[in-house]
Amino acid sequence: MSAPRIALPRWVDVVLLPVLNVSLAFLIGGIVVLAVGENPIEAVRIMFYGAFGYGYGFGFTLYYTTNFVFAGLAVALAYHAGLFNIGGEGQAYVAGLGAILVALAVAGLHWALALPLIMIASALFGGIWALIPGYLQAKRGSHVVITTIMMNFIATSLMSYLISRVLKPPHIASDESERVDAMTRVPFLSEWIPMLRNTPVNISFFLAIAALVGVYILIWRTKFGYALRTMGHSGTAARYAGMSNAKLIMITMAISGALAGMIAVNDVAGAHGRLLLNYVAGTGFVGIAVAFMGKAHPIGVGLSALLFGVLYQGGQELAFTMPAITREMILTIQALVILFTGAMSEMLRRPVELAFIFSRLRGHDPDTQPKLAAQEDK
Amino acid sequence: MTSLTPETTQRPEVAAGTDFAIELRKINKRFGPVHANKDIDLEVKRGTVHGIVGENGAGKSTLMSILYGFYHADSGEIVVGGQPVIINNSSDALHLGIGMVHQHFMLVDNFTVIENVILGAEDSALLRPSVDKARRELTRLAEEYGLNVPPDALVEDLSVGQQQRVEILKALYRGADILILDEPTGVLTPAEADHLFKVLETLRNEGKTIILITHKLREIMAITDRVSVMRQGEMVKTLETSETSPEQLAELMVGRRVLLRVHKEPANPGDVKLEVKDLVVADDQGTERVKGVSFTVRAGEILGIAGVAGNGQSELLETIAGMRPANGGTITLNGEEVTAADEDYAAFLRRKGLAHVPEDRLRMGLVTNFYEWENAILGYHDEPRYGSGLMLEIKAAKAEAKRHIEKFDIRPANTDLKTANFSGGNQQKIVLAREMERDPDVLIVGQPTRGVDIGAIEFIHNQIIKMRDAGKAIVLVSVELDEIRSLSDRIVVLFDGQIVGEADPETADEGELGLLMAGVNNKKAAVQ
Repeated sequence: MSAPRIALPRWVDVVLLPVLNVSLAFLIGGIVVLAVGENPIEAVRIMFYGAFGYGYGFGFTLYYTTNFVFAGLAVALAYHAGLFNIGGEGQAYVAGLGAILVALAVAGLHWALALPLIMIASALFGGIWALIPGYLQAKRGSHVVITTIMMNFIATSLMSYLISRVLKPPHIASDESERVDAMTRVPFLSEWIPMLRNTPVNISFFLAIAALVGVYILIWRTKFGYALRTMGHSGTAARYAGMSNAKLIMITMAISGALAGMIAVNDVAGAHGRLLLNYVAGTGFVGIAVAFMGKAHPIGVGLSALLFGVLYQGGQELAFTMPAITREMILTIQALVILFTGAMSEMLRRPVELAFIFSRLRGHDPDTQPKLAAQEDK
Repeated sequence: MTSLTPETTQRPEVAAGTDFAIELRKINKRFGPVHANKDIDLEVKRGTVHGIVGENGAGKSTLMSILYGFYHADSGEIVVGGQPVIINNSSDALHLGIGMVHQHFMLVDNFTVIENVILGAEDSALLRPSVDKARRELTRLAEEYGLNVPPDALVEDLSVGQQQRVEILKALYRGADILILDEPTGVLTPAEADHLFKVLETLRNEGKTIILITHKLREIMAITDRVSVMRQGEMVKTLETSETSPEQLAELMVGRRVLLRVHKEPANPGDVKLEVKDLVVADDQGTERVKGVSFTVRAGEILGIAGVAGNGQSELLETIAGMRPANGGTITLNGEEVTAADEDYAAFLRRKGLAHVPEDRLRMGLVTNFYEWENAILGYHDEPRYGSGLMLEIKAAKAEAKRHIEKFDIRPANTDLKTANFSGGNQQKIVLAREMERDPDVLIVGQPTRGVDIGAIEFIHNQIIKMRDAGKAIVLVSVELDEIRSLSDRIVVLFDGQIVGEADPETADEGELGLLMAGVNNKKAAVQ
């Protein structure tokens, strides 16, 4: 028997704790900025200005956010099934192959017709890459954490070979594929919104928003989502209910990989317009932080993806404007956010709980107040 | 850490004139908003067996944990042997001569009995002297109290009853004068329980004080001298056992009159609904747990499967319910063979008219993190009434949940509350309502009242009888012999994966069933 946890109001869990965690990360980041002799308040201002202040910066923020939404949803969905998919990086990379093959094959086709095909191909390639670890977990009991990591390495090697030896046209010097035809390429939002001129944000941004809604519906409104959550909470209960854990694991991993694969639609078929070597550049791993900071809930994933978008874009602006702040320091601040919202996200729970117990007792039961107050002082 | 060497313990000298081993005065303990112990007063007389009864959540375990130093009381006084003491941890308790035998044993399985006994009470860095001393001490204790255990046997090779003796020996070796036993008979066969009671009687006659926490009123009546009843964190009453009755104790525990006996009409068996033939099942490690079990159940009868926990009941139930593949034999439901070939047959069996109330409701029958309404459809969510396509009709599910709540009086009556917030009895009602309301042909029920309050037990038993009277075939598995006897129309006894005997609940006596549960059957040839 352990002391029962006090049930905190939902808003504390959902809003207060994440905000406190992010604030703490910024506070310590501020000390770092102070240590190199810059003004932290000014740094924050520059960062937010860089992310939201003008069209160019805002466009990049949205572009990064799009990628992080897909990467975050891939992790979040699997998490609800009790699976930890850290292979988003590799799944997105392999999905790039599907995206470029279809985009090049249908070159000249109008983007509105090509987009669904590119999406299907990306989903299929990313999905299959995640299905392999899913199958191994379901049928062989190999843990997905291990196998998805290994699949990341395989993806890197395989794709390096394919890009540099197979896809690279002779007339291009760097390791990348042929360019996607201008008609076929997923169009930039700047075509309709001039303010976003010269930024890579494209139609995929709306796909990301649709994916947020879609994943919400999938998890909480469908029968499949019900089964997935049952398994995520208790594999034994799922077996009791007659759900096939093996089938659920494989389907969930495939959908998770397909979500990660959407990064290829944003980047390969859109932003870059070609398949670049190592194009995913760590986005898949950031997705893990995004999912955990967002409590694996689509709304949370959307917000934390935006925060990371701001950190990426605003951080570059900061490094540009304040020479004392190097790229490495921006990475440090990003790492602090990950540290406080991910690894140490529960650190502030106990103090907040105590604060709540205290305020409740003060409200209802004056007798025990001094005792608890004394405990808190320690 | 302080050493636990018995010689160096400082006992409070027994104050002249006091005949109480332990006195608790105005003990209070809160967990957040829960007031687990309210102004508890308890006096335990030296050299007696003192029972403490109460429903789950009544505060018994909390009170004993305070006495044993796991928790610290918010206020109140503990007096041991006439002296006020402060107990901060279990080693303080041991120094005061208080020993505890936990419900779940705290033994190292691959250590010998001696090694377990001296563990944490070694005298020096070298083991030899301690081992020798322990051996002498164990021999003495064995003679004095009938606590015979082979000192060099590995604990994992001992029976559960023997393991419990090791726990008691551990406490005595550390010089315990006061022994707290938490639900000690839950895992024992009736014979082992009898032996335990004899040991306890000897201990008492030698002047030891024993506190027995249990929910089995029969044991209270059989062994204790005095009994204290707790209800909702309060000490309701302390009585001389000789001046009370099980009915009175039950009433004090629940706060209203309770029927301890189930009233039922004679069974009216119909067609065979479920037939199990030569069933063989292995556990996850591949060890055969069910070794050729055969039985039939007819419509309108309850077949009770008795046995000590761990004799194949879990695997048997899981295979009948389609959660575990059979390694041999057949299961026939309504004349159709439905033997599970894989672990995902449960949904198929539900469609064929089988419902399953699992042994382990927290891990299996419910997802405690789910809302109540989500659990009300667990196992049935694929049915068209909860949505014909991919989508889940939440409204329909909630309506069904609401129906269950009304019909089974589930409290609190809130479909949007997390299941973890319901009491054990109400959680069990959520499972029962779900499985019974599907109107199955065959209902298999495992440990229906484990961890359930007395008040809810009565309700659950009546529901099971009602199902039988409605013509359902029911298989009941329980380690509570009383429950099996009062509900079943026929009893079979499972031992080591085999049915070792069949008995009529009206005529079978406890001794006969107890022998069967221990695997002894003189009439084995006659039965098979």
